[in-house]
Amino acid sequence: MKPKTRRLYVVVLALLALGTAAVLVLNAFEDNLVFFYSPSDLVAKNVPAGQAIRIGGLVEEASLVKDGLDSRFKITDGVRTVAVAFSGSLPDLFREGQGIVTFGRLDAGGTFQAEEVLAKHDENYMPPEVADALKAAGKWKPDDQ
Amino acid sequence: MTVETGHFALIVALILAVMQSTVPLWAAARGNRELMNLARHTAWGQLICVTLAFCVLMYAFASSDFSVTVVAMNSHSAKPFLYKLAASWGHHEGSLLLWILILSLFGACVATFCRGMPDPLRARVLAVQGMIGVGFMLFTLLTSNPFDRLIDAPLDGNGLNPLLQDPGLVFHPPLLYFGYVGMSTAFSFAVAALIEGRVTPDWARWARTWVLIAWAGLTMGISLGSWWAYYELGWGGFWFWDPVENASFMPWLMATALLHCISVVAKRDAFKSWTLLLAILGFSMSLLGTFIVRSGLLTSVHAFATDPERGVFILVLLGITVGGALLLFAIRAPTMEGGGGFEPVSREGALLINNLLLATATATVLIGTLYPLVLEAVTGEKVSVGPPFFNATFVPLMMPMLAVMALAPLLSWRKASALAAFKQLWVAGIAAAGVLLLSVWISGAGVAGIIGMTVAAWLAAATAYSWVRRWWGKGALRRLISLPMEVHGMSIAHFAAAIVVAGITATSVWQSEAVKLMKAGDSVDLAGYTWRLDRVYDAVGPNYQAVRGEMTVTRTDDGSQVSILYPERRFYPVAQQNTTEAAIHTTGLADLYVVLGEGEQTGGWAMRLYHNPLVPWLWFGAAFMALGGLVSAAGRIRVRRTRTANTAAEAVA
Repeated sequence: MKPKTRRLYVVVLALLALGTAAVLVLNAFEDNLVFFYSPSDLVAKNVPAGQAIRIGGLVEEASLVKDGLDSRFKITDGVRTVAVAFSGSLPDLFREGQGIVTFGRLDAGGTFQAEEVLAKHDENYMPPEVADALKAAGKWKPDDQ
Repeated sequence: MTVETGHFALIVALILAVMQSTVPLWAAARGNRELMNLARHTAWGQLICVTLAFCVLMYAFASSDFSVTVVAMNSHSAKPFLYKLAASWGHHEGSLLLWILILSLFGACVATFCRGMPDPLRARVLAVQGMIGVGFMLFTLLTSNPFDRLIDAPLDGNGLNPLLQDPGLVFHPPLLYFGYVGMSTAFSFAVAALIEGRVTPDWARWARTWVLIAWAGLTMGISLGSWWAYYELGWGGFWFWDPVENASFMPWLMATALLHCISVVAKRDAFKSWTLLLAILGFSMSLLGTFIVRSGLLTSVHAFATDPERGVFILVLLGITVGGALLLFAIRAPTMEGGGGFEPVSREGALLINNLLLATATATVLIGTLYPLVLEAVTGEKVSVGPPFFNATFVPLMMPMLAVMALAPLLSWRKASALAAFKQLWVAGIAAAGVLLLSVWISGAGVAGIIGMTVAAWLAAATAYSWVRRWWGKGALRRLISLPMEVHGMSIAHFAAAIVVAGITATSVWQSEAVKLMKAGDSVDLAGYTWRLDRVYDAVGPNYQAVRGEMTVTRTDDGSQVSILYPERRFYPVAQQNTTEAAIHTTGLADLYVVLGEGEQTGGWAMRLYHNPLVPWLWFGAAFMALGGLVSAAGRIRVRRTRTANTAAEAVA
């Protein structure tokens, strides 16, 4: 096979591979991008119920209620609060007054049904998204960690 | 006093690196032999200096010298001795010093071994290594000095993050860095070849060893990290497509493609441009990974201390390295001779498909990792791209590659018959069909799961067949021994890859989970086993207090005891932090995994129970893959000599 033909063949294969990848990526993006909202954002941007999203903020003091495996608590960014319901064991680093990020959906009643509670970091670490949300709400106090 | 010695040693190493980056390059262009050999001496000098610096740092940790900032931030007098030592690399500054240490070790190895390598090439390779060393040493000395003193030395330190006090985490960074540094050596070889203006099969022979070592290091490092996450983080999962995990995975994918390409250059004098490009991009991925991990840009359990200044430095380093190398590639690559030709259906053709698929897969992982960053920078929206995205893009690209992997060893070079190869694989086909039917019968796997198991069986059977076919028959033992090491290495690695895919697929689709509130005496039935929580009691460790559960697991059908598991919840008073220690029993074919959650005697404890089928195959498979790589590295590849007179003359030198 002449080198030119071979080169053409390689280029066609490469385009095919890239094309397939592009289709896969765009498809996956459509279904699998998860947006992050702070409690204020939830109200401001009118997020519809049932959409899988992440929300984050500080766990409001004295808001945690546990009933066996089920827990309910509130997340706040200093301006607005969202009630969260979660079934399962909370991560070790979950504490009132601590910053967390949670993944789930808003239900029709305005409570956030959490499927995952993410706190995979040490206790001095504030997730950047939560820090930004607090800053946006004007409630950022760096020495409060 | 000793701490400053370490600091000084690092500065001396920097000066040596600067000399190594400049003089040998000039000398190679002029043909000045003595000055070319200077590179070997500076390489050894660097190794000695950096080893001294690292020993000083380790001593500071071992003796709990809290006047050194990093020791105060990351250690504590009550910590077990092994972890005091391991803390030397368990943080940003120290891990950079480890990186530099391994870099100088590889440099010294290139200077000493690699028999028959012509002096100009060796000088250029060491010069580029030196440049990389300069970059990293400057970064360390200017922004991340491990030898900084803390003026008011505290009485005790902050302690190391309890999550990091673990044997797996002791070995994970060094192995991973062997991988990253190996990629930098491959990069040095590539840039040296570009500077020289040609790529020869002999060049490939010398570079190949480093690529295989890098690949084996990355394989072991990544699987150790994944195994650690599995047993430490308590969620029964082993891979989260975390940006930092991806940062190590992308170089691995590039290294896999590179190691296949480089053999082709050695044997067939083809794929030269691919090889150079992969070496450059592979190292770029390593640097990009370094940037992601250390700049604080991304939320992750891995992320080191965040500092924008460091991020900018690494970004500049990345820009110079990658930009410079790619520019050199753009200028020089067209002038290089093309290599041997081949038909579409041939070993080369299959390897080409392999490269394309690996490169495309790397690109999709890169997009998934960087997209949130880019989107946030441009629109301010925060998104996360998680496992569903990667599963939807990466897996469909890998499946065809695994299928072709089975066929490739049976294809001959230059021109092969696909039909002939398929005909030989009828046994493998039957094995695959058998597994397919089995997967459908077990049910619950879904299309992806069935395809995964079938492809794994296809690959395993085909690889076994290809290997046995080479030596079976009269004089089998003699033939087995005289086969080149790389054949054994390849067979081991490909077979192990099939095992890994089987492990990943099975545990992803057939995992059983139970989350229950259990009091002492309660039992739960899961996956054919009965799990009974006998009691929960308090326990004490060297620097932690614990609540420990005792759980007996028996087979539901005949009541025979399988194991007694002791999951724990630990509290580290110094770090004020809780960790959960999962209890795992492996049967070789599956893992029984128990996590003790929060709770107390009256209300019960939140227990999480998992049955993970075939997950041990993942770790054993990965270890075998790395072994295959090392076996290949040990072998001498038969180089196809090109007919240029230059090569012959230089080989003598």
